[in-house]
Amino acid sequence: MADSDTPATITFVLNDPPYENARSTTAFRLIDTAIRRGFNVNVFAYEGAVALPFARQAPHANAVHGRDVASEDHPNTKDWIAALLAEAAERQVKLDWVNCGLCVDERGVAEAIPGTRRGSPADLAKFSEASRSTLVIPTR
Amino acid sequence: MAENILSIVESAYRATLEEQDDPIVWLAHALRASGAATHLLLRGNAVNYGVRDQDASGLRFGARAQTQPPRIDRDLLALIDKGGEVFYIRDDASIRGIRPDEVIPGLKPVKTTDLPALFRRFDRVWHW
Repeated sequence: MADSDTPATITFVLNDPPYENARSTTAFRLIDTAIRRGFNVNVFAYEGAVALPFARQAPHANAVHGRDVASEDHPNTKDWIAALLAEAAERQVKLDWVNCGLCVDERGVAEAIPGTRRGSPADLAKFSEASRSTLVIPTR
Repeated sequence: MAENILSIVESAYRATLEEQDDPIVWLAHALRASGAATHLLLRGNAVNYGVRDQDASGLRFGARAQTQPPRIDRDLLALIDKGGEVFYIRDDASIRGIRPDEVIPGLKPVKTTDLPALFRRFDRVWHW
């Protein structure tokens, strides 16, 4: 729990693209926990992680599972991020999600969900300076 | 005649929560639906896919809950039901403390030394 009137801030640096490994889900768990414990959270999405909040992600039916799109009920990563943003708002803490703009341009994923924003490594420098700690979750 | 394909799955639990399944197990089903005779060999950490009664439910972020978590043991059983063979490397299971009675029915243990003979049964062997 943040221990003053102003919530402490934690910064996460994410590196991995969606649907490749479990590190993004682990990062979401940590972000979720930090929000629920009253921390402000910064996220700097770098390299493939900028595709996590890509707005054009779409769920699909899954014939292998024998389910249509509704019953498959597949949350795309953009949906998890939207849920985290809503949770932060509800708990009156800040989740500031910044996508590295150059990485976005390289990958053609500029259409991010509302509540996230485009930025640059300069934002990471500011985030780190203003944070109690910065956790890098790198790609491997 | 259908091409006989053995996929070796070694990278386990890589994106199973985000995908709600394992992409290679899923691909085996999808290729089988397209006419290929697909089979699996679980090795390394992937032998754990064969353990019964796994439960990956409960993931939730904020108000959004995952209602269809991955059920990889069930996906393996479904492949077996469709005529696929699912093998696992016995030593990879035993060094992880997985006993034969803990795996789902129908999985076939193989010894590492028997792999060359196993591979000769297939037209294609794909290592994922």
